[in-house]
Amino acid sequence: MGELAQALANLEEKKVYELIEKQIAEGVNPLEIIQECNDGMIKVGELFSEQKYFISQLIFSAEILKQVMKKLDPHLAGIQTSGGSGEKVIIGTVKGDIHDIGKDIVITLLKGSGFDVIDLGVDVPTEKFVEAVKNSDAKVLGLSALLNFTYPVMKEVVDAVNAAGLRDKVKIIVGGTPVNEQVREYAGADYYALDAVAGVRICKEIYS
Amino acid sequence: MFIIGEKINATRKGIDAAIKGKDVSYIQEVARAQEQAGAHALDVNCGTVPASEEPEAMRWLVKIVQEATEVPLCIDSANAEALAAGLAEHRGKPLINSISGETNRYSSVLPLVKQYNAGIVALCNDDRGLPSTKEMALEVGDSLVKRLMKDGVPVEDIYLDPLVRTLATSPETVVVTLEVMRELSRRFPGLHFVSGLSNVSYGLPERRHLNRAFVVMSVANGLDAVITDPLDAQLIALIYASEALVNKDRFCMNYIGAYNSGKLKV
Repeated sequence: MGELAQALANLEEKKVYELIEKQIAEGVNPLEIIQECNDGMIKVGELFSEQKYFISQLIFSAEILKQVMKKLDPHLAGIQTSGGSGEKVIIGTVKGDIHDIGKDIVITLLKGSGFDVIDLGVDVPTEKFVEAVKNSDAKVLGLSALLNFTYPVMKEVVDAVNAAGLRDKVKIIVGGTPVNEQVREYAGADYYALDAVAGVRICKEIYS
Repeated sequence: MFIIGEKINATRKGIDAAIKGKDVSYIQEVARAQEQAGAHALDVNCGTVPASEEPEAMRWLVKIVQEATEVPLCIDSANAEALAAGLAEHRGKPLINSISGETNRYSSVLPLVKQYNAGIVALCNDDRGLPSTKEMALEVGDSLVKRLMKDGVPVEDIYLDPLVRTLATSPETVVVTLEVMRELSRRFPGLHFVSGLSNVSYGLPERRHLNRAFVVMSVANGLDAVITDPLDAQLIALIYASEALVNKDRFCMNYIGAYNSGKLKV
């Protein structure tokens, strides 16, 4: 792993910014810089999955990456970016559940990874999900929940997307504490995400 | 939180005996233990020796403590000559404990603050004594900070001690102290607040609970330095927790760092 990726993985904020400024000054291709930052973010995700990092460190890494992207932005003009801009993800907590912490962590990480996020909020009626899929070119729909009586609601959303003839347009990810492979199968979703990092990884897979 | 270890103080019997008996290893052991526990500075006080001997005792104390530790010292005396002797011996950026709004104390200590570019603990009182109301405390603190700044001390080097009273005897004043910190921190961005915690609990049982609760409440009102026992692991854990809770710990990184170094297992 490069020095920049390592610094990001270690959450050494100042060092990351210094290295970015230095690489920009040296004329390094911004896309290479982004690639190295991605390596660092992947490492952060691994450390989180291994329970060596805590949620606030995950959020911190996203914040650092956001600042990095701000610094790189002026240098990206006219350069074709491989990922990021235009890649949309729709996300919301399903009807009957008002929990937003998990959903918001996923959103922070998605934005950190360059996705455009359409956040429908919490306690989202089924028709609102359908509408969002219809009116956007998002390829991913994320359904979040903490409460376990929401399985039928998740299934209802998937069925409604089907009924509206939009099922081929999106991959549906279910996520949240009570979700597992059985729930995914029951609801008819494409993926289930074990945690926020897994969710982001799946979104990247879908768009790759 | 800037933690100043309080244990090398001659009002404690073991230290008093060690100073009078020139017991270098005892004092160095107390110094090392505090540094290892995470103290950012160590207070040194030898105020129990006769005034004429205090400068020499302070010079000796600074020398032996700095032989054993890397952190800066908070040179603690009411006697300007003892402060001067300790400062002359000190390596690095010292803290001076303390100046106040009292005429004599101010004029004798200020030149030392300037000469050594020192951090300064500023006690919130003046020739009239301890302020008796919130309004007076605000006025005394405000004018002391302004005066120090006007005399060329950077605000970041000033550690204002709002002089918390004893809860047992002045039950209404602790809340006032918190309010004074909050108000002055709003008026003077960059100003530090320091407190010795143990006054607040004097005369009551199981004092540690009161000290710990007071530190938590003080952090919420602007306290960012303490003179305390850094080996009180519970207190230190509460400091990390309260700074995280009032968003003075970016992304809880200090709290997590303390966890990773085992400091939260108490």
